[in-house]
Amino acid sequence: MDLTYTEAEQAFRAEARAWLEANVPRGLASGDTAAGFAQHVEWEKRLFDARWAVVSWPERYGGREASLWEWLIFEEEYYRAGAPARVTQNGIFLLAPTLFEFGTVEQQERILPRMAGAEDLWCQGWSEPGAGSDLAATKSRAVRAADRGGWLLTGQKTWTTRGAFCTHLFGLFRTDPDSERHRGLSYLMVPLDAEGVTVRGFQRLDGDEGFAEVFLEDVFVPDEAVLGEVGEGWRVAMATAGSERGLTLRSPGRFLSAAEQLIALARERSGAATPLLRERVTRAWIDAEAYQLFTLQQVSAIVAGRSPGAASSLNKVFWSELDIRLHESALDLLGADAELDGPWSRGFLFSLAGPIYAGTNEIQRNIIAERVLGLPRR
Amino acid sequence: MRFALSDEQTALRDAVRELLSRECTPALVRAAWVQTPEADPGRVEAVWAKLAEMGVLGAAAPAAAGGLGLAACDVIPLLEEAGRVALPLPLLETAFVAAPLLAAAGDPYGMLERLIAGELLVACALDGSALVPYATGAHVLLLGERDGGPIRLLAGGESVEPVRSIDGARALGRLLDPAAGRLLDVDQSAASAAWQRGALGCAAQLVGLGRALLELSTQYVKERHQFGVAIGSFQAIKHHLADTLIGLEFAAPAVLRAAWSLDAGAASAGRDVAMAKALASEAAQRAAAVALQCHGAIAYTTEYDLHLFAKRVWASARSWGDADWQRARVGAALGL
Repeated sequence: MDLTYTEAEQAFRAEARAWLEANVPRGLASGDTAAGFAQHVEWEKRLFDARWAVVSWPERYGGREASLWEWLIFEEEYYRAGAPARVTQNGIFLLAPTLFEFGTVEQQERILPRMAGAEDLWCQGWSEPGAGSDLAATKSRAVRAADRGGWLLTGQKTWTTRGAFCTHLFGLFRTDPDSERHRGLSYLMVPLDAEGVTVRGFQRLDGDEGFAEVFLEDVFVPDEAVLGEVGEGWRVAMATAGSERGLTLRSPGRFLSAAEQLIALARERSGAATPLLRERVTRAWIDAEAYQLFTLQQVSAIVAGRSPGAASSLNKVFWSELDIRLHESALDLLGADAELDGPWSRGFLFSLAGPIYAGTNEIQRNIIAERVLGLPRR
Repeated sequence: MRFALSDEQTALRDAVRELLSRECTPALVRAAWVQTPEADPGRVEAVWAKLAEMGVLGAAAPAAAGGLGLAACDVIPLLEEAGRVALPLPLLETAFVAAPLLAAAGDPYGMLERLIAGELLVACALDGSALVPYATGAHVLLLGERDGGPIRLLAGGESVEPVRSIDGARALGRLLDPAAGRLLDVDQSAASAAWQRGALGCAAQLVGLGRALLELSTQYVKERHQFGVAIGSFQAIKHHLADTLIGLEFAAPAVLRAAWSLDAGAASAGRDVAMAKALASEAAQRAAAVALQCHGAIAYTTEYDLHLFAKRVWASARSWGDADWQRARVGAALGL
């Protein structure tokens, strides 16, 4: 056990903190609106120019080859500085790890630099009207167009976050028409300006146009659009699912920062806090801290060469439910002010999505029971 | 940064696990139950001798006094193992609380050598209670108020009367004179460290107990069939057990971190211990409740072993500061 950072890591933290303090913009509109999205993309370009956009990536793609520890440090500093939400996150945190693992060199060199520089903006095309938690029920299909050296995509994706503003989509398509469930799926990447794509944005619970449905009708993509082997889409997608449920999407920095703000709010409004509410605030802080410790342990295991595997489902259930409790405590401290449209009420609405996306928490609990504890499936 | 046990720490833990799983079976725990047909104090004492032989009783005593001089991070995993088998002996109190405390006091009564050799059992009630776990079989009692006040030392035997605990293996005694005992000459920081080691060790034992209850339940629901299928295939059962695992997996790192804070003399050590104990108490109590529910009626008997573990949880979750009290300590440290 050694819970201290090295001098080099501390220097990395100091550099990140100084740059963020000097550069973080204030008062941006929501990244899930057209105007706000453009502002956020500008911010992403500034991050990229200063090589803070993708710290853990190789230098040739705009990164710093930061270790996992340094990545965690950067995330802590990012949230501590109150920096804008990452509108590039579905690309840099979900697609990119999959590209690093399964992509060809050609794909990596073509896609990663433009993703890091926020020139291409990626959204995730997994959910369909008939395939939510049951992702293997995917119906969207890709038909072989051998004469053209590619595939024709037809189907519908939905709940696509920032789909109305992004330029590209990655998702699962059925390449074997006779296949069922997990077999016969392929992982494909599609430019949203291709002929035959129609995108319709719609409002999320918080009133922002953060969702979209994407209709595809005989959309041609070349063979290079397939990530991994044809027919291996499920295995490739599950690698991304691990990233989304585990630490890359929700680093502890986010909850530590929210918990510190909650503590500050509780001190500020100490008159409003009953003993029970003070206890709930403490509980939220303890849980954020516990999430950080769990992550440090998990990263230590990864650094030692062990994969977290199904354990990422433990993270997902814990952080998503912690996030709701944390925001509910804040709203109770705010009392009558809680209904005002503001950071806490918006954070609360956003937290309610946590137990739903990236596989509902009910599904995560099944995964924990079946793959970690070894209980029978049926 | 490295949040993991070292190879040496893992090896020591595994050795103790091996010893305890061989020696401290559920039948041995039953042998520790007072006033039952299975009671067999001699068998229980033999386990204590084996722990002494391995050096575990002197683990946290300074090397100069004949101990191993190990740190909290080394010893805490051993206490989790003691919890896992529901060890019916005051290992935490004797080896992790009393030994370093007596050493800090300069070993005024020359007890350390015998303690390390396994000839001295120490029971503790540093939470101001007149009820002292393991008191009826202990040679020495350590008494005090919560959170590191003055600590008194009292000879066992005549000073306590046996009382019936829900956990018959706890050898619970009540002090005949709650104010009795001789003041131990230690400074406030040593007294405070004793309290923190006790609370943290209790948290580690609770995590171990929780793991044992989860293992027992997981095994059972795979084998038990109703409606023609293993009940572990039902989602309601899966979710109960998944939540139990989550509770334990997020409590365990908090326990280990608090051990590191104690070893490092971190300013946050008191807060970290309080957090660990709060999380561990709740996680273990959840494990006990879920174990009972997932087993059904078989768990509501004393013939099946589950009650040996569940009762230890119910009896010890409130020792060394219950979850609410410990959480309030964290809140106070945060300025709430």
